Amino acid sequence: MSWVKPADVGFATRQMLADWGYGARLLLRLVSLLGSSLKRFGLVRDQIFFLGNYSLAIISVSGLFVGFVLGLQGYYTLQRYGSSEAVGLLVALSLVRELGPVITALLFAGRAGASLTAEIGLMRAGEQLSAMEMMAVDPVQRILAPRFLGGVIAMPLLAAVFSAVGILGGYVVAVLMIGIDSGAFWSQMQGGVDVWSDIGNGVIKSFVFGIAVTFIALLQGYEAQATPEGVSKATTRTVVVSSLSVLGLDFILTVMMFSI
Amino acid sequence: MQRSRNDVWVGLFVMVGLVAILFLALKSANLLSLSFQSDYRVTAKFDNIGGLKPKAAVKSAGVVVGRVESISFDDKSFQAKVTLALESRYAFPKDSSLKVLTSGLLGEQYIGIEAGAEEKTLAAGDNVGSTQSAVVLENLIGQFLFSKAAEGNGTPAPVKKK
Repeated sequence: MSWVKPADVGFATRQMLADWGYGARLLLRLVSLLGSSLKRFGLVRDQIFFLGNYSLAIISVSGLFVGFVLGLQGYYTLQRYGSSEAVGLLVALSLVRELGPVITALLFAGRAGASLTAEIGLMRAGEQLSAMEMMAVDPVQRILAPRFLGGVIAMPLLAAVFSAVGILGGYVVAVLMIGIDSGAFWSQMQGGVDVWSDIGNGVIKSFVFGIAVTFIALLQGYEAQATPEGVSKATTRTVVVSSLSVLGLDFILTVMMFSI
Repeated sequence: MQRSRNDVWVGLFVMVGLVAILFLALKSANLLSLSFQSDYRVTAKFDNIGGLKPKAAVKSAGVVVGRVESISFDDKSFQAKVTLALESRYAFPKDSSLKVLTSGLLGEQYIGIEAGAEEKTLAAGDNVGSTQSAVVLENLIGQFLFSKAAEGNGTPAPVKKK
C-alpha cells in the first residue's frame, strides 16, 4: 500500500494553479484579439456557419420537443389548481429564463464544443500549430480567436431560437391539442413575461454560456496531448467540464439576477 | 474581403436568431404595450397598502393608466407613501380618489383611480388626499367576529383597555 506523499499533493496543486493561470491568460488573449479577428471577418463568418448553422437543426428540434413536454406537464400540474390558462406563462418563463439558455449550452457543448476540441487537437497532433508558429503565424490569432468569436455570437442566437421554437411547441400542445383558449394562452404570457428582467436575463445567460463553452473547448483542444488518445481525452473533458460549468454558472447567474 | 457562399447562410442564421429574439420580445413579452410616453408623478399616502408592489398597475375603469413607481414609509404620519407615474395623455380631476384593489380573489393588487368632479386636473408633484387602504383579511375577520358577538349579546363586545 502506497501513501500519497505530501510532495505529490503539492505538485498536483501547483500544476492545477498553473493550468488555471494559463487558461486565464489565454482567455485574456482571446478577448484582446476580438478586435483583430473582426478585421478578418471572413474567418469568423465561416465559424458562425460551422458552429451556428449546423447546430440549428438539433437546437430547433430539441426546442420543439421541450416545448411539447413543458406544455403537457405544465397543463397536468396547473389544471389541479384550475388555472390551466397559465400554461403559456409557465412555458414561456421556464424556457426564456432557464431551459432555453441551459439546454442550448449543453447541446452546443456536445455538438459544437466537441468538434472544436477535436479539430484543434488534431491540428496539434498533426503539428500544424507548430508549423504555423514556424511561419510566424500566431495560431491563437489565426485559429482560436475566430472560433471564439464565432461561438460567442452563435450561442445567444441559438438560445433565442430554442426558446421561440419551444414556445411554439407549447402552443401546439396547449392550444391545438388540449384546447386551451388561444387568447388566454398569449395574454397570460404577455402579462407575466418582462422584456428586460426575463428575456434580457436569458440573453445575458446564453452569452455567458457561449463564452464559457467555446473557451473551454478551445482550451482543451489547444492543450491536448499530441496523440490520438490525448485528443479523445480532450474531447471527453470538453463535454464534461463545459456541461458542469454551464450548470454551475447557471446557478451563480440565477442567484445574481434574483438579488438584483 | 472576399465573398463566399457561406455569406448567405450565415446571414440567414443571424436573421433567424434575430427574428426569434423579436418574436420573444413582441409576442411573449409584449414589448409594444410598454409605453414610451412621458408621464407625470403624483404622490399619495395610504394607511395600509397591503401587498402592493412597485411596478403594479394603476387602473381607471379597468384600463391601465400608469404604474406604481415607488413605495416608502413616512415615519411622520406612519403611513405608506406611494409615488405613481401616470401617463401624460390622461388627466384626472384634483379630487380623484385612490383605492388599493385586488384583481380577482387571489390576484395581484393594483391601484384604482376614481375620477372626481373638480375642474382642475392633477399635475406633477401633486398629492392625492383621499385614499382608501387595502382590505386586510385579518381585519375583516376581526370585524365580522365583533359584529357577531355584538348581535349575540345585545351588548357591545368588551374592549380591553390598556
